[in-house]
Amino acid sequence: MAIWLDQNSKVIVQGMTGSEGRKHTQRMVVAGTRIVGGVTPGKGGQSVTFEEDPVPVFDTVADARDATGANTSVVFVPAPYAKAAVLDAIAAEIELVVVITEGIPVKDTAEFVASARRSGKTRIIGPNCPGLISPGQSNVGIIPPNIAGAGPIGLVSKSGTLTYQMMFELRDLGFSSAVGIGGDPVNGTSHIDALSAFEDDPETEAIVLIGEIGGDAEERAAAYIAEHVSKPVVAYVAGFTAPVGKTMGHAGAIVTGSSGTAAAKKAALEAVGVKVGRTPSETASLMRAILA
Amino acid sequence: MDIKGHTVRQVMVAEGAEIADEYYFSLLLDRTTGKYLAMCSVEGGMDIETLAVERPDALVRFPIDPNAGLDAVAAAEIVAQAGFAEADRDAVASVLVRLGEVYRDNDATLVEVNPLVKTADGRIIALDGKVTLDGNAEFRHPEWAQYRDEASEDPLEERAKALDLNYVKLDGSVGIIGNGAGLVMSTLDVVAAAGADLPGSPRPANFLANGLEIILSDPQVRVVFVNVFGGITACSEVAKGIIDALGMLGEKATKPIVVRLDGNAVKIGRHMLTEAAHPLVELADTMDAAARRAAELAAE
Repeated sequence: MAIWLDQNSKVIVQGMTGSEGRKHTQRMVVAGTRIVGGVTPGKGGQSVTFEEDPVPVFDTVADARDATGANTSVVFVPAPYAKAAVLDAIAAEIELVVVITEGIPVKDTAEFVASARRSGKTRIIGPNCPGLISPGQSNVGIIPPNIAGAGPIGLVSKSGTLTYQMMFELRDLGFSSAVGIGGDPVNGTSHIDALSAFEDDPETEAIVLIGEIGGDAEERAAAYIAEHVSKPVVAYVAGFTAPVGKTMGHAGAIVTGSSGTAAAKKAALEAVGVKVGRTPSETASLMRAILA
Repeated sequence: MDIKGHTVRQVMVAEGAEIADEYYFSLLLDRTTGKYLAMCSVEGGMDIETLAVERPDALVRFPIDPNAGLDAVAAAEIVAQAGFAEADRDAVASVLVRLGEVYRDNDATLVEVNPLVKTADGRIIALDGKVTLDGNAEFRHPEWAQYRDEASEDPLEERAKALDLNYVKLDGSVGIIGNGAGLVMSTLDVVAAAGADLPGSPRPANFLANGLEIILSDPQVRVVFVNVFGGITACSEVAKGIIDALGMLGEKATKPIVVRLDGNAVKIGRHMLTEAAHPLVELADTMDAAARRAAELAAE
């Protein structure tokens, strides 16, 4: 088991004919992901060959879904066109849409995330995220497939490179799924969504939550853990020494009611019994002690 | 001119207004819900953070669907909830709709008007305003270029930006290069912790996602720590970058460089650096060990 992505997931790649899409599709195919099609408006009918197997290209996500039975899409479309691509996937009622593209205007993201919620059919992960991996089953996005194998740990993180670092630290234990939710101000899937899914996943025994400064997602995750998560959670928060940014000003602070600092996040998590490491390696040690 | 610590080179001068009443309005991105949030109060002019804490009922918070925007229906509801006088409601609502258009058309993440005023002759005016723009939307707003104040940017940050690098100047002595904002932030923490008990407590000086030359040209930097976990980035490319940069700098390079590589093509990358055997480059096995070594070198 795993969350949201497993060996049965049939995946299409939006933007597969572009250089980024092509490069990462090749890596996903080698990693064992079931890539069943690509979507590039205007290039329907063509195909791209990966590992000697031609993968068909479609004009729309609906065409790709009808022809292949795809239930998952991964988006590499450049930022100016990403909103249209994601709306196409939502219209086709794709269950999971993983948006790797970075630099999407937040207005566009807010619009497609709201559309996905209204549809009630589509989960969006990202944007500006590394995707998710269920080791040994499937890998959608750009997480290197060889860092760690399958195991009992669920991981959720805003940061791609910290996801890799933490998987590397705990590679001897392995992961059920690792999800990079992305670092943009608005994202389709939150820490809480992942915590909830890991809590329900019988293969996941413990959870690593990686946060970073800004916003109040970690504080909200802490409140959720207190009420709804029975599995052990270990956390790491990056940015204790990062410079204080020129953030949203007064109105932003009123909304979140949080200072957004790493210290505040650590305190909120510890208050609900989550062990918080000061470094990635210490966080790994805390997890190791729990699973020993 | 200095305004609250910001050096200001351009000022817009507007006609003074005879204020009869002061209100508050803002529209901003609500990261918690992924929607927009309109906030409005008939008690403007005072510190809005204080109002939000002390008299939360006096501040209307109204969620706005991003696909609908702040339309006339939402604006009418906001002014009614905020308790504007019946006679002023239509005028205020039409100003709110226009501020909503300002927000939408300019890819803003914040439009805050404090105070929004009613003048003695009954007009509704946005007397003072603050707008935050979304940098990701710059590609569709060529008109933004005129607002950039290059003179106030750090010259090294400016050079990095020209190369499309993300560089932040700090005040310590260990320069940090890493891939990915999360890992770099984490590296800052690990270096600060590793240096805490050393003479002078070496701290991170700056960080960026690439660009050894820029970081070495910062006179405050005494040692550079390159921390890379290769995902898309191949460690062999990073190793080549270090070797090439040092070759180009020649004798101008005098500062030690501690390198930690893991992930994509790590064996090739480490082998390349071992083969090159540059006297300034030290390889470390783990992130923690590298941070400690960098802090030690900075403390010497």
